[in-house]
Amino acid sequence: MKFIAVIRQVPDGESRLRIQGNRVDLSSATLILDQMDEYGVEEALRLKEKHGGEAIVVGFGPERTEEAIRTALAMGMDRGIHVVHEGYADPVTVAEALAPVIREESPTLVLTGGQQADWDSQALGAALAEALGVPVIPWTTAIELEGETVRAKHDLDEGAEWVRVKLPAVFTTQQGLNEPRYPTLPGIMKAKKKEVKKVAFQGNSRVEILEETIQEKARLQRILDGKDPVAAAEELVRLLHEEAKVI
Amino acid sequence: MILVVLDHDGTKLRKGSLEALTRARTLAQALGEKVAGVLLAEAGAPLEEARGYVETLYVAELGPYTAEKWAAGILEAAKGGVKAIVAPSSRQSRAYMGRVAYALKAGLLEDTLESWAEGGEVYAIRYAYLNRVTQKVKSAPPVALTVKPNTTPLAEPLGQGGEVVALQVPPVATVEVLERVQEEKKGVSLTEADVVVTGGRGMGSAEAFKLVEELAALLGGAVGATRAVVDAGWRPYGEQVGQTGKTVQPTLYIALGVSGAVQHLAGMNKSKYIVAVNKDPEAPIFKHADYGIVGDVHQVLPALIGAVKKLKD
Ligand SMILES: Cc1cc2nc3c(=O)[nH]c(=O)nc-3n(C[C@H](O)[C@H](O)[C@H](O)COP(=O)(O)OP(=O)(O)OC[C@H]3O[C@@H](n4cnc5c(N)ncnc54)[C@H](O)[C@@H]3O)c2cc1C
Repeated sequence: MKFIAVIRQVPDGESRLRIQGNRVDLSSATLILDQMDEYGVEEALRLKEKHGGEAIVVGFGPERTEEAIRTALAMGMDRGIHVVHEGYADPVTVAEALAPVIREESPTLVLTGGQQADWDSQALGAALAEALGVPVIPWTTAIELEGETVRAKHDLDEGAEWVRVKLPAVFTTQQGLNEPRYPTLPGIMKAKKKEVKKVAFQGNSRVEILEETIQEKARLQRILDGKDPVAAAEELVRLLHEEAKVI
Repeated sequence: MILVVLDHDGTKLRKGSLEALTRARTLAQALGEKVAGVLLAEAGAPLEEARGYVETLYVAELGPYTAEKWAAGILEAAKGGVKAIVAPSSRQSRAYMGRVAYALKAGLLEDTLESWAEGGEVYAIRYAYLNRVTQKVKSAPPVALTVKPNTTPLAEPLGQGGEVVALQVPPVATVEVLERVQEEKKGVSLTEADVVVTGGRGMGSAEAFKLVEELAALLGGAVGATRAVVDAGWRPYGEQVGQTGKTVQPTLYIALGVSGAVQHLAGMNKSKYIVAVNKDPEAPIFKHADYGIVGDVHQVLPALIGAVKKLKD
């Protein structure tokens, strides 16, 4: 059995973003393994622990993405493949770059995060599934491997559903699927020696980013003291009615 | 051709489909193309209503939704060649449009707030970095474009019914749906609501949400929840606001006992006015609030309900 987790490196959601020349500048941001992808890494590890086989992390992004791949290796993944690409690429282009690499591994199943914390794309899993010619189960909250099929629960726009799918298939992950483990010190030491194969990608993104701006709306920040809850509530309702005119 | 995916709830078109139609018509005009619709039907689908909006309507009976079947249906309708495929943004459309975009090697423009065509290329405005950054993007056709809800005026019908073309969709490998876990829908829909009242873990219990519901009802709004609340089983997942839940952009967002984690902010930080009630003056949510009360929600919420009632009398 072979379980693949596809990952990317993204800025930590708490870190400050700056704009430089009309584009987001990440040079001073803390970069992490995308938390959504972390659920995929954890699930690959659990599947391997339960069913045996190999867990492989496939990363897409610039050179620095190797840090995130090493994090996944420190969590316990067996080896890494890094498809190196500088700059933005849309999900179709990313899927095109990853598909041959993944196909060559003939995985049992493939996991990736439900949404990217930088480009806010939710399409990579679906595009990858199309590229591999297999089904996709987005926003998975439960995965039960039963021989050559998986029984999975996933979220829809309203409610959820249980499905059965013949493998291989692509699953996208989200909070609730599992609790990702932390890399241990021995894990970090071992990760340094694990193999990370580099694959160059010479593609062109079909979508081009022309301009990025940060529009954090300036908030009024009129915060009242609630020691007298009734007075505070009445004042708040007055402000919402007379000043903001929203009720 | 500009192809619009006419999403529906089994009996009528969803509002998002009418927004998608408006976007499609604008693109069609600028690119010198015609608008066609595709209706992927289950029994009882709104065929007559859908015909009213397009000159050509492609229809396929596919049974219950799966991303693979929907993608196959759309690709069949797109066979004559498309400059753009437009669909409302939804969790489901993200799955089938990802497949469709790959199959057509199209530029995927997801969750767009605005879109237009100029010099033969398609431009769009969208959010990125967990909704903190606004991006202007472009792609040459073909494009697959999804329309963020509540961004676009609704299309009007054309006045006469278009031609219906039945599609033969080849079978595809897909998932077998074992069981649908439906959530009871009540009141105003969360993503369309003008007022959203969200309770966080600070509410303390599922019972405490009775008052959240009461305030939401008084203001004609919908109830929201944080992930912590959904994980605790106090509220259904369909009410979750945030990165892994719904994105809302109401005029008024009231956060009660919500800390304001980035993943939650991602789902509501574009609201026009944000109100927070939290007992911790250092809670991050206050940095993102227009108005707030530092206090115990169990005292402040009943008082708020009282004050709103007083105002309405
Ligand atoms: C990849 C990923 C995706 C995620 N997606 C989402 C998502 O979509 N939506 C989401 O919400 N979260 C999401 N999260 C989780 C998020 O990080 C937070 O854990 C969550 O939002 C916290 O919910 P909360 O504010 O209700 O709870 P807490 O963080 O526990 O905050 C409770 C707040 O209530 C206040 N409080 C307590 N008692 C009272 C009282 N009596 N009166 C007044 N105030 C009180 C406390 O001061 C505190 O600020 C995600 C996390 C990850 C890693």
